[in-house]
Amino acid sequence: MIGYLLRRILASIPVMGVVALFVFLLLRLTPGDPAAILAGDNATPEQLERIRTTLGLNEPLYIQFFTWINQLLHGDLGVSLISKVPVLQMIGQRVEPSISVAISTIILSILVAVPLGVIAAWKHGTWIDRFVMGLSVLGFSVPVFVIGYILIQMFAINLRWVPVQGFRSITVGFGPFFERIILPTCALSFIYVALIARMTRAAMLDVLGEDFVRTARAKGVSEVAVLLRHALRNAAVPVITVIGSGFALLISGVVVTESVFNLPGIGRLTVDAVLARDYPVIQGMILLTSFIYLAVNLLIDLAYTLLDPRIRY
Amino acid sequence: MAIVTTPEPSIPVTTRLGPKFGFLTSTPIIAVATICLSLIVLVSILAPLLAPHDPVLLAPAQRLKPSSAQYLLGTDAYGRDLLSRTIYGGRISLLVGVGAAVISIAIGLVIGLVSGFFRWVDAIMMRVMDGLMAIPSILLAIAVVSLSGASVATVMIAITIVEIPRVARLVRSVVLTAREEPYVEAAISLGTSMPKIMWRHLMPNTIAPLIVQGTYICAAAILTEAILSFLGAGISPETPTWGNIMAEGRSYFQIKPSLIFWPGLLLSIAILSINLIGDAARDALDPRMKQREAGK
Repeated sequence: MIGYLLRRILASIPVMGVVALFVFLLLRLTPGDPAAILAGDNATPEQLERIRTTLGLNEPLYIQFFTWINQLLHGDLGVSLISKVPVLQMIGQRVEPSISVAISTIILSILVAVPLGVIAAWKHGTWIDRFVMGLSVLGFSVPVFVIGYILIQMFAINLRWVPVQGFRSITVGFGPFFERIILPTCALSFIYVALIARMTRAAMLDVLGEDFVRTARAKGVSEVAVLLRHALRNAAVPVITVIGSGFALLISGVVVTESVFNLPGIGRLTVDAVLARDYPVIQGMILLTSFIYLAVNLLIDLAYTLLDPRIRY
Repeated sequence: MAIVTTPEPSIPVTTRLGPKFGFLTSTPIIAVATICLSLIVLVSILAPLLAPHDPVLLAPAQRLKPSSAQYLLGTDAYGRDLLSRTIYGGRISLLVGVGAAVISIAIGLVIGLVSGFFRWVDAIMMRVMDGLMAIPSILLAIAVVSLSGASVATVMIAITIVEIPRVARLVRSVVLTAREEPYVEAAISLGTSMPKIMWRHLMPNTIAPLIVQGTYICAAAILTEAILSFLGAGISPETPTWGNIMAEGRSYFQIKPSLIFWPGLLLSIAILSINLIGDAARDALDPRMKQREAGK
């Protein structure tokens, strides 16, 4: 187990290295002077020089790369070109809304999608199954910002149940926090529910065809117990896997959702950085989210052993 | 003697459209999707003939007008006709969708074929692909667009970079299976050149999965383009694209929600239709997949 963990962590290093190299080369290999790209069309020579010094653009490429990697390994993601604040500190200040939406989305999606998938597989071929599959295709197809605006129109403007936009920290109180987080969560959950429900259904269909399910039924085990204890436990591995691989989708979704609902999270930070061409922030966000993505998938690999005792590393 | 191989025969789906495209009308829902998508394509191509007004003509006196005989869907914050802009909006979306799908399949196919065949290339290329896949697609795309300047071409390139690893991985997995087949071994032992083996014996195996993947990439690209435009990181705002119309409509959402709903509706219908057609193509071209989905 420890050996496997070490091997997996070692295997993640080259992947992270590729991400870092890509992010590094993206700015340097884009045609034109990187400093001029970042400063915009109306930059003065002094501004250009300042950007070159901040990013070390006057050094040879390999020295730039090693200096940068050295900083990264010391946890230094650089300094924003606009606000001059360290990138890690900027991200830290904005992380609460994003994590709140992401976690509540995962919880809501699992609570909705797994039962839907189980029922669809159980009632395979009936209208319930077709309804769930239809809902799933719809979830993949309707963009999160369209769903977001439909929800705002229905629940915030017409029914006035919740505020239209904004965010309150959970430290202010659960009520204000919850009523502002519920619409973004529902909007973002749509695609995630589609993904998980589809996978749960497919995995359940595979398992329901197995001999041990037939045996359990023949023994007279109740249908609920067959579905939950015998089938769902065995279908858990692919379902957990898709939750992990869908994590990149979730991060992309958070970026869009924060713009729709005006949440001051890291997604908005990234979009603002893009509009202001604040490359250190963009770079930091890409590195951090990719790192989280790899870490989540590593944790999920390890979770297999808990879910399925047959899997040994 | 050269060994001639043919790709695995797929289940013939025969309807009036012929065996190859029969899946387009295989169920009523797929038929509706095909009709919707055809209509959107047709309207986009014929936009200059169908649009009642100039989509970029500013008319400050006509700002945010409601629906009327002159402006069927009303006007936006600059007095431009919403219907005309929505009709033109499909052009860029479809262009980006098809363009990104074709380019990423072309590049991903080459990378996948080479990686599947040469182990040392595989070791390097797959690490690169893993790295690219670890970056959330929207962040990757907005980083590329923000640096290289927003235009239809850069948006297409950004989406292509996101999609190439998925195509390469798919092609590689098909090639890894196919290269163990006796006809490939025979071709190798007969001294057939590597490019010829790849082109004649391995590539045909990838066509069916790539057609399916291509439809999904097309849908994803249309969505990504809309998201980029919506976030303000896409094609320049005056160009009518569905994402741009919605991005501009955001500030006026509470006064005139139709600025978001009409382009959003067309965008959703386009993506939904392409996804449904992709599912139908998968079922028709890859019967094993259908059996697995059905749990048989």
